[in-house]
Amino acid sequence: MKILVAVKRVIDYNVKVRVKADHSDVDLTNVKMAMNPFCEIAVEEAVRLKEKGIATEVVAVTIGPKAAQEQLRTALALGADRAVHVSTDERVESLAVAKLLKRVVDEEQPQLVILGKQAIDTDNNQTGQMLAALTGWGQGTYASKVDIQDGTVNVTREIDGGLQTVALKLPAVVTTDLRLNEPRYAKLPDIMKAKKKPLDTRTPEELGVAIASQVTQLQVETPAERKGGIKVGSVDELVDKLKNEAKVIS
Amino acid sequence: MSVLILADHHDGQLAGTTAHVVAAAQQIVKDSGGDIDLLVAGQEVQSVAEQAAKLDGVNRVRIVDHAVYAHQLAEPLADLLVRLADDYSHVLASSSTTGKNVLPRLAALKDVAAISDILDVVSADTFKRPIYAGNAIATVQSADPLKVLTVRSTAFDAAGETGSAAIEAVDATVDNSLSSFVDERLEQSERPELSAARVVISGGRGMGNGENFKLLDGIADKLGAAIGASRAAVDAGFVPNDMQVGQTGKIVAPELYIAVGISGAIQHLAGMKDSKVIVAINKDEEAPIFQIADYGLVGDLFQILPELERSL
Repeated sequence: MKILVAVKRVIDYNVKVRVKADHSDVDLTNVKMAMNPFCEIAVEEAVRLKEKGIATEVVAVTIGPKAAQEQLRTALALGADRAVHVSTDERVESLAVAKLLKRVVDEEQPQLVILGKQAIDTDNNQTGQMLAALTGWGQGTYASKVDIQDGTVNVTREIDGGLQTVALKLPAVVTTDLRLNEPRYAKLPDIMKAKKKPLDTRTPEELGVAIASQVTQLQVETPAERKGGIKVGSVDELVDKLKNEAKVIS
Repeated sequence: MSVLILADHHDGQLAGTTAHVVAAAQQIVKDSGGDIDLLVAGQEVQSVAEQAAKLDGVNRVRIVDHAVYAHQLAEPLADLLVRLADDYSHVLASSSTTGKNVLPRLAALKDVAAISDILDVVSADTFKRPIYAGNAIATVQSADPLKVLTVRSTAFDAAGETGSAAIEAVDATVDNSLSSFVDERLEQSERPELSAARVVISGGRGMGNGENFKLLDGIADKLGAAIGASRAAVDAGFVPNDMQVGQTGKIVAPELYIAVGISGAIQHLAGMKDSKVIVAINKDEEAPIFQIADYGLVGDLFQILPELERSL
């Protein structure tokens, strides 16, 4: 079976963002970019399913500017077979991303789509659920275990307070949580090989999707900075401060 | 203007976060004076509906009792909401794993955007929400006819419980051939839920291993605290992921947050920096956690924790 895995180019998770002086957005000029960490887990899971002989082909897809092809090359180096780049310089919100992915799903006819549960830039946690809605498929979000057999995928989900396992009829959408797997690092020979793997470029126009959103970002601010307090010298002093100064314990 | 809230519940108990979502809804209808309805969907959920009816500001509680909704699966719940949504301008849920699972599916079925994790209601169509792990706050305005919002419950005070809303049964069943429930394993704990606790004590990589998390138990017992962890501690396999506090885990804002052996990575701070009082215990006096802590104690946590337990 074929697996489609969606990846997103985002700010590197170690970089602290700054808000632009005009408060229009965050400043991403000359900032280190990388594949969204949850997408790395998605690619790893797809590649492992191929290594187990369950998947026959892994196709990576991204939506974004030309530079996002770097992340597709990373996915190819990690083991994806080929890649699709939906090229746009516009800001694309979750619903439009889901619509574009739906068109790619229509063309590729995968049995499973794996996405990260959220991207660490906009922190929306929406695209997988929206794609599942548009395709009319079941959704296994926040997956910590994926088990495929006989036209069904059992997904163990990280929910508040514990774990829930659901069985989804294939085809289906899965979104990854942290403990699903530990992504591998790409080896140099694989990075070289990835440069020769096929990468198709499409546009939203070709796919017939209008990407304008009804949601406008009016302003971006830096949250109120929390000021550091004091260092205490002992446990007794700490307990005294908590009781008599902060009054949060009695 | 009228709001439908998907109530969170489990085992016959209404989740405490629902009262906070009602408070957010009250701000949305503040100017127009529209109604707030609560939807309780599940199996044998009459007691949940009765608890929900007490929340101040709720006009009516709509109860849908059917096996297809028993485990809060996204596919039937979203289909149910699609049927009901036409009567409303807003659909809200808390940013729980249920709300975040169901509402984006509803939004896509209605061809509207979803807005996640709102922190503030500026007006009925304009909201503030955190982006980049809370390192920036975006103000967004929606022109969609239906606004679909998840609410960060810690950002809103809870609505009071002096009301007595009408409870109305809704007869709406949907088919679900896409997904089915297999099983559920919930942590059995006498302690409060992380996101609702008045005090939270969290351990990080500095705890060394999972066994050492027991050092937090006695303190948590004495303070009535929930126990959390940093992502580093989860990644290291010390504790399960549902204990994780941070951008990729739970967002908490207790009265008192005690960070033990946690360096203070951006992603952890995103989950706890709105706590009222923060205490940091760490052997590295340069650890970034001290820059936001109200009270810092530099030292060996293996000596400090037993001493702290004794002095409480």
